[in-house]
Amino acid sequence: MVVTTTVSDSDEHLHCTFASRYARTSLPRFKMPEGSMPKEAAYQIVNDELMLDGNPRLNLASFVTTWMEPECDKLIMDSINKNYVDMDEYPVTTELQNRCVNMIAHLFHVPVGDDETAIGVGTVGSSEAIMLAGLAFKRKWQAKRKAQGKPYDKPNIVTGANVQVCWEKFARYFEVELKEVKLKEGYYVMDPVKAVEMVDENTICVAAILGSTLTGEYEDVKHLNELLTEKNKTTGWDTPIHVDAASGGFIAPFLFPELEWDFRLPLVKSINVSGHKYGLVYAGVGWVIWRSKDDLPEELVFHINYLGSDQPTFTLNFSKGSSQIIAQYYQFIRLGFEGYKSIMENCMENAKLLREEIAKTGKFEIVSKDVGVPLVAFALKDGSRYTVFQISESLRRFGWVVPAYTMPPDAEHIAVLRVVIREDFSHSLAERLVSNIQKVLKELDELPPRLSTKAAHVTDVTDETQKGNADQPHPKKSAMETQKEIFNYWRRISDMKTSGVC
Amino acid sequence: MVLSKTSSQSDVSIHSTFASRYVRDSLPRFKIPENSIPKEAASQIINDELMLDGNPRLNLASFVTTWMEPECDKLMMAAINKNYVDMDEYPITTELQNRCVNMIAHLFNAPLGDGEAAVGVGTVGSSEAIMLAGLAFKRKWQNKMKALGKPHDKPNIVTGANVQVCWEKFARYFEVELKEVKLTDGYYVMNPEKAVEMVDENTICVAAILGSTLNGEFEDVKTLNDLLMKKNQETGWDTPIHVDAASGGFIAPFLYPELEWDFRLPLVKSINVSGHKYGLVYAGIGWAIWRNKEDLPEELIFHINYLGADQPTFTLNFSKGSSQVIAQYYQLIRLGYEGYKNIMENCQENAMVLKEGLEKTGRFNIVSKDDGVPLVAFSLKDNSRHTEFEVSDLLRRFGWIVPAYTMPPDAQHVTVLRVVIREDFSRTLAERLVVDIQKVLHELDTLPARVSAKIAATEEHDKNGTVVKKTAIEVQREITTAWMKFVADKKKTNGVC
Repeated sequence: MVVTTTVSDSDEHLHCTFASRYARTSLPRFKMPEGSMPKEAAYQIVNDELMLDGNPRLNLASFVTTWMEPECDKLIMDSINKNYVDMDEYPVTTELQNRCVNMIAHLFHVPVGDDETAIGVGTVGSSEAIMLAGLAFKRKWQAKRKAQGKPYDKPNIVTGANVQVCWEKFARYFEVELKEVKLKEGYYVMDPVKAVEMVDENTICVAAILGSTLTGEYEDVKHLNELLTEKNKTTGWDTPIHVDAASGGFIAPFLFPELEWDFRLPLVKSINVSGHKYGLVYAGVGWVIWRSKDDLPEELVFHINYLGSDQPTFTLNFSKGSSQIIAQYYQFIRLGFEGYKSIMENCMENAKLLREEIAKTGKFEIVSKDVGVPLVAFALKDGSRYTVFQISESLRRFGWVVPAYTMPPDAEHIAVLRVVIREDFSHSLAERLVSNIQKVLKELDELPPRLSTKAAHVTDVTDETQKGNADQPHPKKSAMETQKEIFNYWRRISDMKTSGVC
Repeated sequence: MVLSKTSSQSDVSIHSTFASRYVRDSLPRFKIPENSIPKEAASQIINDELMLDGNPRLNLASFVTTWMEPECDKLMMAAINKNYVDMDEYPITTELQNRCVNMIAHLFNAPLGDGEAAVGVGTVGSSEAIMLAGLAFKRKWQNKMKALGKPHDKPNIVTGANVQVCWEKFARYFEVELKEVKLTDGYYVMNPEKAVEMVDENTICVAAILGSTLNGEFEDVKTLNDLLMKKNQETGWDTPIHVDAASGGFIAPFLYPELEWDFRLPLVKSINVSGHKYGLVYAGIGWAIWRNKEDLPEELIFHINYLGADQPTFTLNFSKGSSQVIAQYYQLIRLGYEGYKNIMENCQENAMVLKEGLEKTGRFNIVSKDDGVPLVAFSLKDNSRHTEFEVSDLLRRFGWIVPAYTMPPDAQHVTVLRVVIREDFSRTLAERLVVDIQKVLHELDTLPARVSAKIAATEEHDKNGTVVKKTAIEVQREITTAWMKFVADKKKTNGVC
């Protein structure tokens, strides 16, 4: 919106931000503007646009941390101008990363002595961690096959169809075949028996998930380990296991310490975990830990003379911020084992509360398990009148972001809503969510059922009978009329808007 | 350090942070501590340890931005809990990324119609951007060779030996052969003729660098384009070019707009630039831009149903912070074309001030060119008594971090010191640096030369029995004494900020 009057330059600094000409001219969107503008104007413009983003704390779709203590925010801001990769210039930050690696490795029972250092690295997230782990497996397998004089051009990886997209990315970008164990209704994780059946001599590893994205379930890594150990004995292929503990890695050790899923199982050679999920740090940090030096081929590690000193590096990213690493260390020493345990117990209690209240409505079937990542996944018992997608959209009106999605093959007919319980999802928020869900259900119950092909058939049949009774009036509704009816109904509802948006 | 008396529990909350028991117990370093501690204690402990890190603004080794306006800091902090990948939940942030992509694409003269959307993506840095670009080239080449019925198992990439390590990473992780054009004394970038000679039918692309890490030089992309076009005409291989403009991409358009290096050259199919270098944003953002849709094979793009909505994604990383993308947009609209131009001109001027100051000492050869990334790379005219590495070490005492390193093959005998001029390196800092370098040279002049194999060899050859032959131990003792005297005599300057 360009205003025809122009403001003289000498008065510029007197104008309040919203009256200045900067907030009244439209910014180019595809080209850089020619001239500069005052920082206050730039700040205000960007800030105002961003008001229309969702509220991160009401985003119940994501596992990623959305709240940290102000003391930690301060540490993050102080280190925002430190480029993590300058190890020589920021030795303490590098030391903090190493401490985190060791702490996490010990949490996962890595078989190292008390003074021995663990093998691992901080990454930008579990995607990078998984790619690094996968690369290590691929290279090890290729070296083994070359030594045996066998072909090494068709590596594959065995995993469940419930894997997160980064495994598919890894497979596609690094040219590894993905062999997926299909799910079925009622069983939404990888079946260890089927997985081990799929293993062949070209399998570089079997990937198990601790905390499936879809239902939060922990896969039975112990069972997988046992079956695979047996198969390895008969075949001699020595196929290893990787555990994708992106979500579960910071939950299981605190809530279910007896559950054997980590390096206590001999075939587990590497584990990844997201620091920014239940590691309780903002988005941008993940960790990958290897069992021992042998599991990370030396040829993948670069020793570079960057800016004057030797730095061993095995990451895909190079320059990145240091803030999240420091924040992760802060959380470890601030919370300690008991702190993490308390927080996870709290999450589980809130999940239980939500689950029970949702079940009480009588309209939903709970798809997630009690033991697993603290989330509640639920499907409609009767999906004929309205779908979970409509519930999801309606909840947005109140400010909640609750995703709805269909399961992967072979359970595509199941659609669920999923609420993730993070540290900052309190008891009171859980109660409010339930009350909003009940409101939405009530509204949807009063709505006429969606127009479906079934209804269209009925119309056709009516048409035919019309032909026979040309002079009789008929209440045939055209598609247009039905849509108008629905539209009017929705408009009535939206006029009764509550102040749900925070 | 554990003290034998313990404070009573009831007094815990009134103790000042440094008297509380939390800062008096030593924290485990390899295991997560059993118990929690108050947030003030945790914050103080970490803050104190980090005091021993270098000062980012005195880190003259890095191109990466170390200062932004407080308004932008505020925007970044407000966005720190937004997971960038949740495109459905944060549509504005996604829109801002798209605007940045388009602005940068237009800056690079991408051949787009008005209203046509550019093809590009925000990444965590140039490493990720280069890997994505390389992947696109590799896949395109494989498809082409498959269609021709030719073998497609030995792809290679032609580049100069001056490439940054991420190209070597790309080559090693994605199984592409790296064919490097060696440097020569005095010529520290990729020679276009030699590069084009090395191109064969398995070459997926030729990578040119705009702003070499070592000496800031811009490679001659235009000549490369011309020579490669001729070769393509003869061979029919259609080999493309990628420009690694990590540093230069935000300099050349403002300082040297007539320099043709970008999409104005027809063989350039993709460009990467680091937002966190001269894009003037903190570490953690890069951009990859493709010429048009055909240069990015559709099969590499994932359309995923993540959290309930369709999201096309072509990145290696998934979840990451949104702050840097927002900061990049802030900079682009805050500064605009004239703002960036002013800042780059300022950097150039400060680089000249530093260069002239160094030349005046008469002790250095300037290895960097005037045109290019604003940095000054210099080596000692006479490095027989002391090396550039010693100069670098001594400068640390004043707080300056100035790296010294040897050139890659075939110029390994050349060692340089390099100072990068960033936005926040003011003229006064440049003048102070020159003064401190002069001080360092003065100190080094008073020091005995390093013990070298040469000296030991000459001692051995002296047959005269009365010559005082120094053993290795004696020589070392001599040096140690000289250093101790040196340190004792020196009055400590308050150079460390």
